[in-house]
Amino acid sequence: MADYEDTQAGHGHGETRRDFLYLATGAFGAAGSAIALWPLIHQMSPARDTLALATTEVDLSPIEQGQSITVVWRGKPVFIRRRTEDEIKEAQAVELDDLPDPQTDAQRTKKPEWLIVVGVCTHLGCIPKGQATGDRKGDYGGWFCPCHGSHYDTSGRIRKGPAPENLPVPTYEFLSDDLVRIG
Amino acid sequence: MTQPWMKNRLVQWVDYRLPMFSFMEKELIDYPTPRNLSYWWNFGSLAGIVLVIMIVTGIVLAMHYTPHVDYAFDSVERIMRDVNYGWLIRYIHTNGGSAFFIIVYIHIFRGLYYGSYKSPREILWILGVIILLCMMATAFMGYVLPWGQMSFWGATVITNLFSAVPIVGDIIVTWLWGGFTVDNPTLNRFYSLHYLMPFVIVGVVALHMISLHQHGSNNPLGIDAKGPQDKIPFHPYYTVKDMFGLCAFLTIFAGFVFFAPNFFGEPENYIPADPLVTPPHIVPEWYFLPYYAILRSITFDIWFLSAKLIGVVLMFGSILILFLVPWLDRSPVRSARYRPIYKQLFWVLVIDCLVLGWVGGNPPEGIFVVIGQIATLYYFAHFLVLLPLLSFIETPRPLPTSIAEPVLGGSGGPPAAAEQPMEKAQ
Repeated sequence: MADYEDTQAGHGHGETRRDFLYLATGAFGAAGSAIALWPLIHQMSPARDTLALATTEVDLSPIEQGQSITVVWRGKPVFIRRRTEDEIKEAQAVELDDLPDPQTDAQRTKKPEWLIVVGVCTHLGCIPKGQATGDRKGDYGGWFCPCHGSHYDTSGRIRKGPAPENLPVPTYEFLSDDLVRIG
Repeated sequence: MTQPWMKNRLVQWVDYRLPMFSFMEKELIDYPTPRNLSYWWNFGSLAGIVLVIMIVTGIVLAMHYTPHVDYAFDSVERIMRDVNYGWLIRYIHTNGGSAFFIIVYIHIFRGLYYGSYKSPREILWILGVIILLCMMATAFMGYVLPWGQMSFWGATVITNLFSAVPIVGDIIVTWLWGGFTVDNPTLNRFYSLHYLMPFVIVGVVALHMISLHQHGSNNPLGIDAKGPQDKIPFHPYYTVKDMFGLCAFLTIFAGFVFFAPNFFGEPENYIPADPLVTPPHIVPEWYFLPYYAILRSITFDIWFLSAKLIGVVLMFGSILILFLVPWLDRSPVRSARYRPIYKQLFWVLVIDCLVLGWVGGNPPEGIFVVIGQIATLYYFAHFLVLLPLLSFIETPRPLPTSIAEPVLGGSGGPPAAAEQPMEKAQ
C-alpha cells in the first residue's frame, strides 16, 4: 500500500514515481516496437538472389561503328553504342552551359568510341527510343523518350523535356578491348 | 416503433447477449433520414454494394490467378478461356473497378455541391477522402496483376514518381520494387496488398458509417432537421429507393459487362509485359487521367525544385487538398441551391476536372500542355482562392425554415400533422 500512498501524495506536486514508470514503460515499448518493425520493412528491400544478379559481361566484338545494342543488367536495359566520329565530335563540342545536367562527354565515357548508359528515362522510367535503326532519335541524335517527350544527345545527356538528369552511366570495366563487365 | 420479429423469444435471447437485432433496427430500419433526399443520395449505398461485388469477385479470381511474372498473364487468359464463368467474373471485376470510381466521384461531387463536408460532418468527409485514397492504391495495384504492357509500364511510371522525393527517392523506389526494376518481387507484393486493401476500405467505410449516423445525412436544402416532421424512417422509404437505384445501376453495368466489356480497358494490356519495350503512349486507367494531366502539366523548374518533383507534389496535392475543404469553405450555408455564385463555380470545377481527364488521355504535346496547365491552375485556384473568397463576397439566398416547409406548405406544419408519415411507416 506504500506505493499507492506514494502516488496519492504525489498528486498535484509535479512528477511522481508512477509518471516515471509510465514514461519508461512507454519508451521501452516504443523502442522495442520500432526494432521489431525493421525486419517487416526491410523484407521489401532487394533480396540476396536479386542482388546476386548485379553484374553482366558483354562481348563487344560484333558491334559495328554506329550500331547500338541493348543488354539487360539488373533487369534494366543498358544501351551500348559504338559511336561514329561525328557523334563523338558532336557530344564533345557541346557547351556545358547548354546542359540542364552539366557533364562533359569525357566524364561519361571511358573510351570515346563506346557510350554505355542505363536506358531508362530519368523522368518516370520509360525506355527511350533510338536503339533500333528506324527509331526516332530526338532532336539531338541520341534518344527520345515517347512517354513524356525527353530528348537525349549522343552522350545520353538530357537536352530537352521533363527528365531532370542525364541517362546514368553504370559502373563498368573493360576486361579486354572486346569485353566489358557492367556492374 | 418495434419490429414484430423483435418479440420473438429467440431473437430476444440472442439480442440480450449480442445486440445485433436492436442495432439493425436502430441503424437500418428506424434510422431517421431527411424526408427530402434526392437520387444523388443513392450513390453512398451503391458504392458499398459495389465494394462487396468487388471483394466477392476478387476472392474468386484469386483462386485461379498466379502472381508470378512468368505465369500471371497466362493465368489471367486461362481465367478468360478455361475457368467456368471466369470471363464473367473477371469482366465484372474489371468493369466493377470503373463503376466504383464513377459512383464514388458522383458521391464526392454530390458532397461538394450540397456542402455535405460542413460542420458537423468534417470527419465524415475526411474519412471519405481516405477511402478514395485507399481505392486508388487498390485499383493501381490491381491493374498491375494481369502483367500486360500497360500493367508493367503503368507500375513503372507510378512507382518512379517516388524517385522525385529529394535525397532518399531512389532508395524508396528500390524498396518499393524489391529490386532494380518492377519485377517479380513487385508483382508479389502488389498482389498481397491488393488483397489486403479492400478490407482496409471496409474498415474505413465502417467508420464513415458511424460518423454518418452520428448526425444523419445532409439533404438537398442543406439545413438541419428541425424536428421529427423533417425525417422519415430509413426503411421502407430509402431501402426501396436504394433498391430501385441499384436495379438501374445493375442494368447499365450488365450492359457493359456483356456488350462492351473492354470499353474502359486499354488494348495494349492484352500484350504480355515486356521490360525492354515501352509502349508508344502510356495512359493510366480513365479514373486516373485528371491526376495524370496535373502530373504532366509542370514542364518547368521553379527555383531549386525540379519539374518532376512539383508535378508529383501537385498530383498528390490535388487529392490531399480535399482534406482541407471543410475549412477552406467558410460559408455557413451548405447547399449550393442557396449559393448563387458557388453553384456556378461548382459546375466550372466539374468541367475543369473533365478537361483535365481529356488532357490526361492525350499525348503531352502542343496545345494539350497549355490546356493542362490552365486547367491545373484553375483546379487549385478553385479550392485555395475562390472557395475562401466566396465566403466573404457571396450573399446567400434566404434559407427555408424547415425541410418539411416546402413539402407540407406553411411554416413547416404543426408537429401533429407532420407526424403522419412516421405513423404510416409503422
